[in-house]
Amino acid sequence: MPLLAAKNLHASYALTRVLHGISFSMEEGTITTLLGANGAGKTTTLRALCGMVKTQGEVAFEGQRIDGRATEDIVRLGIAHVPDGRGTFVSLTTEENLRLGAYVRKDRENVDADMERVFGYFPRLKERRAQQAGTLSGGEQQMLAVSRALMLRPKLMLLDEPSFGLAPLIVRELFDILRSVNEKEKVSMLVVEQNAAMALDLADHAYLIETGRIVLSGTSEEIKSNDSVRRSYLGY
Amino acid sequence: MDAFIHQVLSGLATGGIYASLALALVMIYQATHLVNFAQGEMAMFATYIAWSLINAAGMPYWAAFLLTVAFAFVFGVVVERVIIRPVEGASVLSVVVVFIALLVILNSVTGWIYTYTIKTFPSPFPKEFGIGVYMSPHEVGTILVTLIVLFLLYAFFRYTPLGLAMRAAAQNPDSARLVGIRVGWMLALGWGLAAAIGAVAGMMVAPIVYLDPNMMGGVLLYAFAAALVGGIDNPWGAVFGGFLVGVLENILGAYLIGHELKLAVALVLIVGVLTVKPSGFFGKVLVTRV
Repeated sequence: MPLLAAKNLHASYALTRVLHGISFSMEEGTITTLLGANGAGKTTTLRALCGMVKTQGEVAFEGQRIDGRATEDIVRLGIAHVPDGRGTFVSLTTEENLRLGAYVRKDRENVDADMERVFGYFPRLKERRAQQAGTLSGGEQQMLAVSRALMLRPKLMLLDEPSFGLAPLIVRELFDILRSVNEKEKVSMLVVEQNAAMALDLADHAYLIETGRIVLSGTSEEIKSNDSVRRSYLGY
Repeated sequence: MDAFIHQVLSGLATGGIYASLALALVMIYQATHLVNFAQGEMAMFATYIAWSLINAAGMPYWAAFLLTVAFAFVFGVVVERVIIRPVEGASVLSVVVVFIALLVILNSVTGWIYTYTIKTFPSPFPKEFGIGVYMSPHEVGTILVTLIVLFLLYAFFRYTPLGLAMRAAAQNPDSARLVGIRVGWMLALGWGLAAAIGAVAGMMVAPIVYLDPNMMGGVLLYAFAAALVGGIDNPWGAVFGGFLVGVLENILGAYLIGHELKLAVALVLIVGVLTVKPSGFFGKVLVTRV
């Protein structure tokens, strides 16, 4: 049974259809990436999985249908979404942002320990602990967004363009951490990226979306060696 | 000189009431970017409930006080769920019309149930509370109650997970949903809290202005002025504004423009702040790096 499976998923904003029946699935413990150009429907796919847009079609998480459920309930199943634009609570402190990540957890007594664990991955956030989150740099806010998601102790993380707006060095650092989180904590990840080269290095599997449809899928190695992908998305 | 000090101190007492009501306005404004015009009438209605509990049911004052606060909280939650929720996402004007309808309905229903005859409302503070010629027992008591309310609110929002969740929901509803906060309920809780604070303000002001269905009209106007002076998105600003407006109202009323024109102070402040410094004294411009 796949961890997450979408079947014939449609989504629209008001009158504009953005997803035209996409289907994909991912196994537990893996990193899967959705690639595609601007406007292909990657962000919408993640939003559709979390019930943030109107959808038709099926989404199953651990074999259980989750389409049509409220976002707040989907989070409670262990799906943490690192949204487009990072979703920082700008006037709250870094620490408060992190505590909010653990909001739905029942085991409140472990939250402090988890915060230290997250600071282990991102020591910079520890220095910024009492600082208003809106004053953090873009890279720090992205780290905060990832950390906030980790505070849920998620089974699955949905990451929307984690590399967006960051310097290449910081992107590399962030992706290394994502990989080690995946390996050490067995957190599965669905990563949406425009930076195809970085994403394919990170992921086990990849899907390519064009104008709201899946046009190609396979292991990262297969996708990397696909000629048209190489020309259009990897640029060599 | 004694008279002047008295004016300032009693201004602080009424200012505390304005501060409480302004805080209620700010709480709802922060979450919805709307000003609840019915906030005053909701407080007035709760005060009548307290009056019934004390006079008809013969309850001791503080028992009636607590029960009224609880009632106001539930009433606020129900109003949000039943009346405000359906117009969520409607245009600002539609919501404003709903607020005004709520104001008029509460006002008329109260008048219908209790008549428009002015009633006295008791003050619970014994005369030992008074400070000589400077402050009456009720004025000292009002300031104490205001400070307790402010402290409780601060502690709630600052130190409890629910308070944090409410701040998060007000600030960034999308992100709040993504961490599992039930944003709709947080709004309802905010309404409940605002109504509860309003009820306290109503019960504190009623012994001064007497109980009648129109008693909160002036108070709400001062609270608006307070919230605007402080910056409508800043709770501390609203509290500061409340005390400032209370003192200004008293001093100007006593020495400059006379009692009949006191309410004009509020209007002048509202218009003045909106034209000169729309963000108020403490309405902060948030700096965000991207």
